[in-house]
Amino acid sequence: MARLLEVTDLSTHFQTEEGLVRAVDRVSFSVDEGETLGLVGESGCGKSVAALSLVRLVPPPGRIVSGRIVYKGTDLMALRERDMRRYRGREIALVFQEPMSALNPVYTVGYQIAEGLIVHKMMRKREALLEAARLMDLVRIPGAADRLRDYPHQMSGGMRQRVMIAMALACRPSLVVADEPTTALDVTIQAEILDLLKGLKKEFGLSLILISHNLGVIAEAADRVAVMYAGRIVEQAPVRDLFASPRHPYTEGLLRSIPRLGGGGEGPAGRKRRLAAIEGSVPNLAALPTGCAFHPRCPDVMPECRAREPRLLPLGAGRAQGGAARAVSCFKHHDAGGTPR
Amino acid sequence: MTRAATTPAAERPLLEVRRLAKHFPVRRGVLSRVSGWVRAVDDVSLSIAPGETLALVGESGSGKTTTGRCILRLLEPTAGEVRFDGVDLLALPPREMRRMRRQIQVIFQDPYSSLNPRMRIGTIVREPLDIHRIGSGRRERDEMVARLLQRVGLDPAMMRRYPHEFSGGQRQRIGVARALALRPRLIVADEPVSALDVSVQAQVINLLIDLQEEFHIAYLFIAHDLAVVERIADRVAVMYLGKLVEVAATAEMFKNPLHPYTKALLQAIPVPDPARAREREALRGDLPSPADPPPGCRFHTRCPVVIEVCRKVEPPLVEVTPGHWAACHLVPGPGGPDGRRG
Repeated sequence: MARLLEVTDLSTHFQTEEGLVRAVDRVSFSVDEGETLGLVGESGCGKSVAALSLVRLVPPPGRIVSGRIVYKGTDLMALRERDMRRYRGREIALVFQEPMSALNPVYTVGYQIAEGLIVHKMMRKREALLEAARLMDLVRIPGAADRLRDYPHQMSGGMRQRVMIAMALACRPSLVVADEPTTALDVTIQAEILDLLKGLKKEFGLSLILISHNLGVIAEAADRVAVMYAGRIVEQAPVRDLFASPRHPYTEGLLRSIPRLGGGGEGPAGRKRRLAAIEGSVPNLAALPTGCAFHPRCPDVMPECRAREPRLLPLGAGRAQGGAARAVSCFKHHDAGGTPR
Repeated sequence: MTRAATTPAAERPLLEVRRLAKHFPVRRGVLSRVSGWVRAVDDVSLSIAPGETLALVGESGSGKTTTGRCILRLLEPTAGEVRFDGVDLLALPPREMRRMRRQIQVIFQDPYSSLNPRMRIGTIVREPLDIHRIGSGRRERDEMVARLLQRVGLDPAMMRRYPHEFSGGQRQRIGVARALALRPRLIVADEPVSALDVSVQAQVINLLIDLQEEFHIAYLFIAHDLAVVERIADRVAVMYLGKLVEVAATAEMFKNPLHPYTKALLQAIPVPDPARAREREALRGDLPSPADPPPGCRFHTRCPVVIEVCRKVEPPLVEVTPGHWAACHLVPGPGGPDGRRG
């Protein structure tokens, strides 16, 4: 598969009253054609800022301070703003968590889907609306042609998210970045939207960056996963490897702490089973611990974890398996010089 | 109806809800005339034994939160009975209701909006003690607050701090300490962990389980996340558009769900295991508006196994096997295939 997107050493910082927040800190990842990369992490880990950085839409006071974002061979960071606009929506489209706030309440959904076509593809309004109806049909909105004139508030949350996806697909992008696309939805609707995304991806050969805090969603939809913690990627692996044998203590802890169906019931002595929680809470990005940001919560902490920051380095075993390279940022797996342990 | 659905026969229930209904008026036009009614909760009966956890699950619009608020009398029910320890709460005059509130406490979903930002956390946790004049004086109450904070895993030295200085998980612990202050026998917990990060969610679930064992508290645990529910609940009640559709012991519900909606809910949960291919029978369409629920069985518009009778006749909630109740025409009841009892 050909490389579609290559992000190298991307850093996005926010100057806040509390101090400098490194929301995204020297992050590197790539997406191949037709691939789904899952970006997983808890609130404040930087996954949404990473997504906005890709299309250079970081809100102030945020600023991309370094990094390369090479899309189909072009470094997006080197483009002028007006050239960047040709990529947003047309090549790389975004789907947000909250369709109600991402849609404009005073325009019909049909017009909002058509707008991109009018702007980017120079379509006439009539023609664009016809295409909008086709797109709404594609995302399985029942009675699409009749709902073109609906306003967002007349639709349910699930239908609004379908409209968002139709908007994203309008200009036939190669890459869709979906930021928590199912989080605001009920679980039965979430399942439908996930199935829809998977189907569309196959149909159009799309690449997808799927951002979620929900490991179940990631397990179902991603091919490869990058786990973020405190602005950094701490582990990267093909989805099966990550869930079968997590290597970073944070990933291990996360996977253990989620309740799974079939894991409940009574344990020894008739007591309910406790979950394996990660102690402590997610750190404040303006006041990160020294060394590895996870070390205060890490069950395997070693002296060097407090002193130095580990780098994201390939795992020896993963490379030997060929292709499916795994990488982890932890001194359990390599020493400060990068030599595998 | 002889007894409220799902009463564990041996024990006298701590909470018993009978045929609870809450209808909200829909107002239209400049004169705000009532143009219809949303039947948010419609004929719901359930009970909770002392020290038991009953989970009330359902999606948005199912009426689970409204049910909880009616039990707390934060909303006045349209009809029905709410008995706590044998006393009909809805018949109590305000003064006695206030006394009863010592025994029934609440934990809310959002630890950001449920704590007063201008109050120190010590004051927040002490407030219920002050109101009910527990202990001999301020000093004794402060000592009680310190013990409470310690019990929920917070440093008592933090008493003088304000809510904004705490993370979401810590704030939810403060909410738990406040609910615990009066030693209640029932806590209504409305989505207490759904606003928390995954890693922190587990801590709060464990805390709730520990406290229940220690103080023999009963929980009405309102939630949408079935994996969480499986951990904490003894029994589960599933709601859809204001109606109970299935009630059963937790293990039974997860092993042998009877109602097509419960089955769909269980199938819809994304499984954190990429190696396991899943079969999913997709539900058709969206949740109908609770202001205009479909006739017959309210689930029939989305049901994968709908038959003709479902469109016309509302199925009653019947006990299919001991302790396992379901409201579906296709589930054979003890009184025959249509599930009607004699």
